[in-house]
Amino acid sequence: MSRGEMAEGLRGGMIVALSTAPFAVLFGALAVDNGISVAEATLMSTTIYAGASQLVGIELFGNHVAPWLIVLSIFAVNFRHLLYSAAVTRFIPHFTLGQKLVAFFLLIDPQFAETARRAEAGKTITFAWYVAFALAIYIPWIIFSTLGAAFGSLIGDPQVWAIDVLLPVYFLGITIGFRRKPGFYPVAIAAFVASIAAYVLVGSPWHVSIGAAFGVLVGALLPLPAPAEASH
Amino acid sequence: MDLSLEPTIVWIVLAAAVATFATRIGGYVLIARFRAIPPRVEAALNAVPAAVLTTLFAPAFFTGGLEIKLAMIAGLLVSLRYPGLIAIVAGWATAMIARHVFGL
Repeated sequence: MSRGEMAEGLRGGMIVALSTAPFAVLFGALAVDNGISVAEATLMSTTIYAGASQLVGIELFGNHVAPWLIVLSIFAVNFRHLLYSAAVTRFIPHFTLGQKLVAFFLLIDPQFAETARRAEAGKTITFAWYVAFALAIYIPWIIFSTLGAAFGSLIGDPQVWAIDVLLPVYFLGITIGFRRKPGFYPVAIAAFVASIAAYVLVGSPWHVSIGAAFGVLVGALLPLPAPAEASH
Repeated sequence: MDLSLEPTIVWIVLAAAVATFATRIGGYVLIARFRAIPPRVEAALNAVPAAVLTTLFAPAFFTGGLEIKLAMIAGLLVSLRYPGLIAIVAGWATAMIARHVFGL
């Protein structure tokens, strides 16, 4: 394993961990608020490891919704990962099956964004880089969730600290990072409009899958860049 | 500190974890069936980052108050030139100022 790749992964992952830490703390605090124990909150962060869906999950726990509906809702919020794993497959054909299983378990939004950006910049995705980047996010995620659950009652109202603005700005920033890719504007605009329309007409969390489906469809139907496709 | 584990909650969490892992490996299972990826499928996969990541912030911009909109515009402008973390700080600072100084 390359030491340089590992160090680079750790560095990049730590920056992401820094921006996700407030959400881990918030998740822990809200979990306890909704009647989940510290141990159960830690278990959620360790095994599900998907922030938005964990927040949806504890909201439903708090409202005593039927178990199957909780599981289905978490599945719906996480459905976008299906697209991530399909897109990432092309970048990691050299991973062993065991490495792939680990890699897909750790495939969260920023992991996907950074892996795609790195691969599109022409770099090989090494397992050393991938797993170092992932663990630098995964381990703090668990630790900060536990801390939030244990001491979360001290935070008070997250709105006062503008925590609610962090995630949208964060995702906006990583989206902008892809703006030089061919087809970026038509795809992003289609997804933007479709997800807002779906949010209004259908409701959350379906706006993610519906918006993404429209964006991907536009991407697939755009004229192909290769000259070999002149016949269409 | 409450370290108890209630069996019902543990089972729900583990089922949700399996469901989540299924979404994270499902795309691989589907794509691995192709020997060579057709160009239109390839184009669709290339559109995934812009398509999915956009849906994660679009409703917040639409439904958020003026302070959220200003914070996101600030984050957008800063992210055109500077790394992500600086853009987040810019957006966060904008929201804090808008909320606490201007009371938006």
